[in-house]
Amino acid sequence: MDLTLDTRTLGDRTIVEVGGEIDVYTAPKLREQLVDLVNAGKYHLVVDMEAVEFLDSTGLGVLVGGLKRVRAHDGSLHLVCTQERILKIFRITGLTKVFPIHNTVEEAVAATD
Amino acid sequence: MGTVEIRFSALPAHVRTARLVAAAAARRAGVDEQLLDEIRLAVGEACSRAVGLHRRGGLSAPVIVIMGGEDKRFVVAVRDSLGDPSGLSVPDSGGWDDVMLGLAVLRGLVEDLEVHQLADGAEVRMGWPVP
Repeated sequence: MDLTLDTRTLGDRTIVEVGGEIDVYTAPKLREQLVDLVNAGKYHLVVDMEAVEFLDSTGLGVLVGGLKRVRAHDGSLHLVCTQERILKIFRITGLTKVFPIHNTVEEAVAATD
Repeated sequence: MGTVEIRFSALPAHVRTARLVAAAAARRAGVDEQLLDEIRLAVGEACSRAVGLHRRGGLSAPVIVIMGGEDKRFVVAVRDSLGDPSGLSVPDSGGWDDVMLGLAVLRGLVEDLEVHQLADGAEVRMGWPVP
């Protein structure tokens, strides 16, 4: 399955719903989306990964890149993920210490940095 | 189980195909269903690394993936044609984050992981138990 992307605004946050597979082939689409949002002045992002079926290191790299970009503008990037197989990849790379990871979009939106 | 071998042009789009074939071959070999996600991810990481190396090096040679059973193990070997002397080393430029993360995922995921120098490239060899 290919990557699907959908964005919406909730308060001062921009929610990016990601679905499908994030890998070396599809990750550039996600990178482009995050760069576009930051260029449009959206610095507080929530990436909802509940519909992601596959994530590899290229996808992780794009998320880290997104985090760097929003932080350069004093922004934030929160993740929503409860899938164990996806969380495992964040754990083995130590990125659970880098990203705030939430169970729901509501929780992520309510979080303050 | 014999072997399954695929060779593909170093294009990111084909990495998914390699992942799917690896998962199918692992299932056929009798690997525990719970390990299939891990195999899919690990083979994807090894192939992404090889594709990245070939593309950065401007190589037209294909990436080769050889899968098979040996001694109660399901083994996947991913071969590149770059002759990377230090095996899983990090290239000097470009994609630093991705390469580092790729190595972290591979090392964190696969206990049975070896890198071999070949005459014309390097081989990442990974194994999983077959009950």
